[in-house]
Amino acid sequence: MAKVVDRRKLNFWEELYLPAIASGMKRTFAQMFKPAITLQYPEQRPEIFDDYRGAPGLVRDQDGREKCVSCQLCEYICPPRAIVIVPGEAPDQPDYDYSEIEKAPKEFYIDMLRCIYCGYCEEICPEQAIFMTDLYELNAGSRQELVHDKAKLYDVGGLRVDAIQKWKDKNASPGSEERKNVPPSGNPGDGAH
Amino acid sequence: MNEFFAEYPLVFTMATTLAKIVLFTHIGLILAAYMPWVERKVSAWMQDRVGPNRVGYAGLGQPIADALKFIFKEDPVPGHVDKVLFTLAPALTVIPAILVLAVVPFAPAVSLFGQTAQMAIADLSVGILFVFAFSSLAVYGITLAGWASNSKYPLIGGVRSAAQMVSYELCLGLSVVGVFMAAQTLRLTDIVELQVDGYWNMFTQPIGFLVFVIAAFAETNRLPFDLPEAETELVAGYHTEYGSMKFAMFFAGEYMAMFVFSCLVAVLFMGGWDVPFMSNESFAALGNWGAALGFVAFLTKVLLFLFFYVWVRFTIPRFKFDQLMHLGWKVLIPLSLLNILWAGLWNMPS
Ligand code: SF4
Ligand code: SF4
Repeated sequence: MAKVVDRRKLNFWEELYLPAIASGMKRTFAQMFKPAITLQYPEQRPEIFDDYRGAPGLVRDQDGREKCVSCQLCEYICPPRAIVIVPGEAPDQPDYDYSEIEKAPKEFYIDMLRCIYCGYCEEICPEQAIFMTDLYELNAGSRQELVHDKAKLYDVGGLRVDAIQKWKDKNASPGSEERKNVPPSGNPGDGAH
Repeated sequence: MNEFFAEYPLVFTMATTLAKIVLFTHIGLILAAYMPWVERKVSAWMQDRVGPNRVGYAGLGQPIADALKFIFKEDPVPGHVDKVLFTLAPALTVIPAILVLAVVPFAPAVSLFGQTAQMAIADLSVGILFVFAFSSLAVYGITLAGWASNSKYPLIGGVRSAAQMVSYELCLGLSVVGVFMAAQTLRLTDIVELQVDGYWNMFTQPIGFLVFVIAAFAETNRLPFDLPEAETELVAGYHTEYGSMKFAMFFAGEYMAMFVFSCLVAVLFMGGWDVPFMSNESFAALGNWGAALGFVAFLTKVLLFLFFYVWVRFTIPRFKFDQLMHLGWKVLIPLSLLNILWAGLWNMPS
């Protein structure tokens, strides 16, 4: 059944349109004297909020350590498959006990031309190693330059001091010695299941 | 000097005509170059923005930067176009607009070296017919551009423009009939002088004025009648396939046409160079200063009307094609006929 919409019959003045046009012109004229709200972009910057989803970057922890353990979850979840990781072994560092970390990314690429800034990588990362930063100006002379490699990603991410400092007291925590000797199968914290 | 020119008035005429051609066409061209700037500024103000402000003071260098960009851009000609017409079309939109300027009287007559020079390049006795003859040629440019581009959107734009300009040409012509009836002449200078002494035609023939203004918008393809371009539906209408300087020509043509029609509105309906409470005698009494004053007054009116063009553009949305045709044939033509009747009654010898 077609629904009949009753239209109000326009009276003579309304049908002329001219009064309506005149009032519209009055409106636009008045608008001319209102202040502009334009942000003069390169000089003035918009305020970027904390949870802004800019370009993703890898972060180091408060001691400048690499947090990513090359689990490749972000590579897996990334909807447009912007992330490519070449896993490698974690380097030995005398001043830091890497004993519980076996992997670290050898290469880490994010193709910023593919990235859709969804933030899934940040959400899924178990190590809180990848974050959406406030970087929103990406430009380059070639497509290749917009594939961020590991160095660039650490550049973008920088240092991030988190409330949770997972590795900080790990070596000193009770049972750390024992855990070191357990083969890396299963998570001791999951014993309750 | 005086004796020389008295002996050879032809030399004087040629010299002044040349000077007028250079002066007036450049006024037109410079205005056509700066109208986009005005348009962008005014639209920005109306939309609480800033508008161009980077090149030069308040962005005044922007037209120059744009022109340079247009000149240095690659000039692509798509392979599927009719090369001759494709190249001809932009010129065909600009040239008629510039030609029409020839009959526009910019100021009262100036006296120099004991001679008088009319301040229209050619003060033809059939001035307004000349205007209509040439301004309606502009439709060829647009239609040919649409045709020569050999692709859908330009063609639709061209067809629309043909339909639109032909229909509005009619009410444009009819709406000025009243002016001739009042003035009993086709010479634009005489029409202005009559208004200087009497009333401006916009007050004695408000309907004719209204119809002329609306038709002028349609003739110049300006919003709310920019159906040949209609960015939202036709990409860019008739100039979709154009780039670089050819596109700039269309642009210039549009703004030249706006300038010309503003001049015509000023001449036909707003008293030309008239300043309220001045008569032809008081202009003559001021001599060349009177001419200068008249020139300023005329340009002020033209600029005001150009502003009006922009103002309307950023207020009224585009018509639909059927509304356009309805307005043209069923509303404006009867109105302009009514105006003729009105002008006849008003000017009836008592
Ligand atoms: S933000 Fe989304 S698209 Fe971009 S790298 Fe992370 S997961 Fe991939
Ligand atoms: S960034 Fe996070 S999710 Fe991606 S590989 Fe490294 S640890 Fe895994």
